[in-house]
Amino acid sequence: MTVAVTPARRVLPAGHYRFSGALRSEWTKLRTVRSTLWCLVATVVLGIGIGILATSSQASNWRHAGFIDKALFDPTSISLTGLLFGQLAMGVLGGLTMSAEYGSGSIRATFAAIPRRPVVLAAKAVVFGVMALVVTEAVSFTAFFVGQSILSGSTPTATLSQHEVLRAVIGGGLFLTVLGLVALGLAAIIRHTAGTITTFVGILLILPLVVSAFPARIGHPIGRYLPATIGSAMTSTTSEGAHDQFLPAFPFWHGFVILCAYAVGTLVIGGVLMVRRDP
Amino acid sequence: MIEARGLTKRYGSTVAVDRLSFDVRAGQVTGFLGPNGSGKSTTMRMIMGIDRPNGGSVMIEGRRYHDLPWPLREVGGLLESKAVHPGRSAFNHLWALAQTNAIPAGRVHEVLELVGLAAVTRKRAGKFSLGMTQRLGIAAALLGDPGVLLFDEPINGLDPEGILWVRTLLKRLASEGRAVFVSSHLMSEMALTADHLVVIGRGKLIADQPVADFLAQSSRASVRLRTPRPEPLTVALLEAGGSVDNEPDGSLVVNALSAAAIGDLAAALGIALHELAPKAASLEEAFMELTQDSVEFRAEGSDTTMPPTTGEFPT
Repeated sequence: MTVAVTPARRVLPAGHYRFSGALRSEWTKLRTVRSTLWCLVATVVLGIGIGILATSSQASNWRHAGFIDKALFDPTSISLTGLLFGQLAMGVLGGLTMSAEYGSGSIRATFAAIPRRPVVLAAKAVVFGVMALVVTEAVSFTAFFVGQSILSGSTPTATLSQHEVLRAVIGGGLFLTVLGLVALGLAAIIRHTAGTITTFVGILLILPLVVSAFPARIGHPIGRYLPATIGSAMTSTTSEGAHDQFLPAFPFWHGFVILCAYAVGTLVIGGVLMVRRDP
Repeated sequence: MIEARGLTKRYGSTVAVDRLSFDVRAGQVTGFLGPNGSGKSTTMRMIMGIDRPNGGSVMIEGRRYHDLPWPLREVGGLLESKAVHPGRSAFNHLWALAQTNAIPAGRVHEVLELVGLAAVTRKRAGKFSLGMTQRLGIAAALLGDPGVLLFDEPINGLDPEGILWVRTLLKRLASEGRAVFVSSHLMSEMALTADHLVVIGRGKLIADQPVADFLAQSSRASVRLRTPRPEPLTVALLEAGGSVDNEPDGSLVVNALSAAAIGDLAAALGIALHELAPKAASLEEAFMELTQDSVEFRAEGSDTTMPPTTGEFPT
């Protein structure tokens, strides 16, 4: 039997779509919107700029500082103060990486191209994570070196040859990166940019205020688990956390593992919901 | 080829798509017709694996969408034209999609050329007009050179030239052996483009038949005319077997006679015509017609492709 029009048999490449393709696609998406650049600029400016302000004021006030302040002084932590402001920019960027697709509706085209949705989420997390780690580590090390050069001559300074110092400087970048991944996971759950950022800011800035209003007996055990507390402990050379009210803070690796658990938790919940819900 | 079998989608207690079964065959344009809110977009999203059906299944070339090794190279879809990040350029939007399915960058330029956006590939999609956005969506659908294509309301926002372009494109894609599935709420548009029609109302299948058959059934296609001498012409038209309605604006609407027959009749009588305009049956009218038909067919017990649909239509 002959048919007037025979369906042209298209020749498909061998195999199937791959994770590497998803990675390339996500990298293209991330580098081709302006919000990425703005968030990175904000991270750099806040991370280094506020570090400069904080160390300058320490350097000029050192003579008038009390002996307790001098005893507790952590030159590493003070030079990394700006990173804790950069966390907002990183959170916005991590959130936008996911929520912008829901906002514009392009998530449907993405899911049509990659029907196995966890692949999409994993690719976003890897691409954002790698880019964030490179940028935030660069910011952390720059802020450290700039800060120490401002402090030198006025106050004690730190060098990377000290184990806790190197750990804290690396910790600054790790903290921001993993926090950005938490925001990405939150965005996969919430699916709205505004809602994601509000939640993120709430957890980071409002929750510590709420917890600090509790009696210390209740507040401190809870407060240790807040990302802000973990972050300030990770960027200081003492496990107490230089300037945090929820004591004792978790030691570096302990805090880092808890933070990673938050990221994995939100990403896994986000991934499960992504499969279950229609976009 | 798309095979939908018993496809069902519920939102809470509302049934948006109700046990829909139909085929979309290769080499022809299949129109997907139904009023707004009848479940067309939901059905298309289920075909593309975006919305999960509550029941039934849909296969593409014998596979579930989720199991396609290269989805974009097998199925292309224009689902919502505005599904583009406003800050990303047309090229980068398509390039990000292309990379997922290992489609070369050359193909991105090719489809941008094809849809007439070659001059604005670096422009941010947020600055595009509705028509340009629609063209970008069509470019995305064509990206993988797929054998199955879905277009949800592709002429929305297009100017007359664009509409003509889409019609030509759809027919050409079908003539290349692809299965082309196009939704519209405009009966007239489908009459011009489609070879086959799948008609739904409130999520249920009303008709699945060639366009010619569908149009033949809707006898309410009518002709509007104006004449300085309505009385003698009305008499003649009634004698010729037509039915005539007087409209408030002084025009006459004639049913059951073609424009040609009316024109010939008027000429034979020496009556001048100032207007003679065939008016295609609207979708709603065709629906009404179809409902009555299906009820009649059922009453006569004759075999019909149309399922009983009594009381299922908006009036």
